[in-house]
Amino acid sequence: MLGIFASIVDGVLVGSVYGLAAMGLTLIWGVMDVINLTHGAAIVAGMFGLYLLTNALGLPPYAALPPVLVAGFAVGVLLYWIAVHRMIGRPPLMSLLSTFAVNLVLIGLGTAVWGTVLFNVAVTLPSVSWGRYTFPGTHILAAVLTAAIAGILYLFLYRTRLGKAVRAVAGNREAAELVGIPTTRVLSLAFGLGVALAGVSGMLIGTLFPFTVLSGDAYQLKSFVVTVLGGLGNPTGALLGGIALGLVEGLATPFMPVSWTLVIEFALFVVVLIAFPAGIFAFRRS
Amino acid sequence: MLRRPFFWVIALVIAVFALAPILAGDVELRESLLLAAVYITLASNLNLMLGYAGYVNFGSIVFFGLGGYICVYLMGAQGWPLAAAALAAGVGVSLAAFLFGLGILRLRGAFFALSTIGVNEAIQAFVSNFDPWGGSAGLYLSTELFQPLGGPMQALWIVYFLLVAVMGLSLYLSYAIKASKFGLGLLAIGQNENAAAVLGVPTWRYKALVYSASAFLPAIAGGLYFFKSAFIQPADAFDLSLSTEAIVIAMLGGQGTITGPALGAYLYEELRGWLLTSETFSNFQLVIAGALLLVIVLFAPGGLMGWIYGRWPRLRKVLE
Repeated sequence: MLGIFASIVDGVLVGSVYGLAAMGLTLIWGVMDVINLTHGAAIVAGMFGLYLLTNALGLPPYAALPPVLVAGFAVGVLLYWIAVHRMIGRPPLMSLLSTFAVNLVLIGLGTAVWGTVLFNVAVTLPSVSWGRYTFPGTHILAAVLTAAIAGILYLFLYRTRLGKAVRAVAGNREAAELVGIPTTRVLSLAFGLGVALAGVSGMLIGTLFPFTVLSGDAYQLKSFVVTVLGGLGNPTGALLGGIALGLVEGLATPFMPVSWTLVIEFALFVVVLIAFPAGIFAFRRS
Repeated sequence: MLRRPFFWVIALVIAVFALAPILAGDVELRESLLLAAVYITLASNLNLMLGYAGYVNFGSIVFFGLGGYICVYLMGAQGWPLAAAALAAGVGVSLAAFLFGLGILRLRGAFFALSTIGVNEAIQAFVSNFDPWGGSAGLYLSTELFQPLGGPMQALWIVYFLLVAVMGLSLYLSYAIKASKFGLGLLAIGQNENAAAVLGVPTWRYKALVYSASAFLPAIAGGLYFFKSAFIQPADAFDLSLSTEAIVIAMLGGQGTITGPALGAYLYEELRGWLLTSETFSNFQLVIAGALLLVIVLFAPGGLMGWIYGRWPRLRKVLE
């Protein structure tokens, strides 16, 4: 049973990083009811940001975090003005299509530049031994950084004026506008934050696993599963959902080939959505 | 229906598709039209969901790929004739879509869209691991299976005519649904689902039905297409870019119209041909498809037909 325990703990560590990615997705959904289909591309951009900063500039891997965060935010705000702003208040179909289109452009450009070969950023950290178990240091540090970022996001949303404005717009946009909150600027800020979170989680995933330009799809799907598990529009729930998904992956990996993981995750997604169709909405609206 | 001019417009399109390559005796033209027919089939069936009910299906290629697998498997391993296998693929995939839709279409709008992205990934992962279907290596058909159709040369022509027939049926299906009470209910769902439900449209059942209907002809087209290639593997069968192209085509031509997807498919096929031969752009096909989609969504959500209707309002009566 040694294998299973280690696998579960490792799953939880990695799952928290999925939770971070999903926080970005769920923040955008909560604030503007837009499902951001550039999410996968943002995750991949984080991975390649890590690759470029470590390989071309020779930075140590974790020093890539601040630049990826800042660049992700800037790109996110830009994307908001290009693809999302005109879609606010229009049927959800339109924002799905516009973000999907941007995703196509980004992934297409990435494929043209880097092809679809596997990239790997070698990160050497000492493993941590605990009794008979050994856990890779990279996984532990990724989970710690995730917890730190989630904590900062929580403080921002609940303790600062701007964060409260974000939550006010999420609650009721018209009312927020009436009390003098510049809602459009808040929307672009929230979109920037969401993309930045996706980018950082991509960067952290890049320190754990090898990746390709097309990795985004699988991680985007994981983010959907996580957000649905945690309740859409709920950042804390997303983190818990990520840990739950990691747990499931950790439980499943010793028993079946890795290629089945996606099938299981998708089945989980559908079952949760169907078993709690109202639950997800009720959770948010209440 | 026979008295409506649009019925004959569709008939004319089918006739052109069927006769042009025969009269020209041109195999290259036939191959290009065959691809256009597949595009039209995929786009106009996608349009049943996208244009009528306002539900975007990012994984419509699942129908095509799954249909291909069922058809190739029944022919290769079970020795079924082409017609029976293709029909079985259509019925099987349609039924699966209905059952699946009953569950998944409880979800509204965006949630449904998310699950359709997952369907594709999950089905592809499933098929890659499913040994009777050859796993990731795929299935081959022996060339002897072309014999009952009169040898490979003739079989290719027969498959082409069958695909043109499937394309024609897709257009007529779009038309019949649009003219029916069912179609009216779908359009109401697309406008405002709550209001439609209050007015007595059985939204859940209608959505599941249209999801299932939009699976039938693409599955048959997939069966015919992969019979023609005599080979099927997960990466080809569930090629996500084909789903994407179907969306671009439907939006380009004009969602919710019947002429639109056909027109869009023709234009897209031309554009694609040009891009593939151009040195600079051949690597950027998806980038350009994406940029095109973005521009349409941002500035011309009605697509080409929206523009045509705005310019010549009278055409609404002729071109649906």
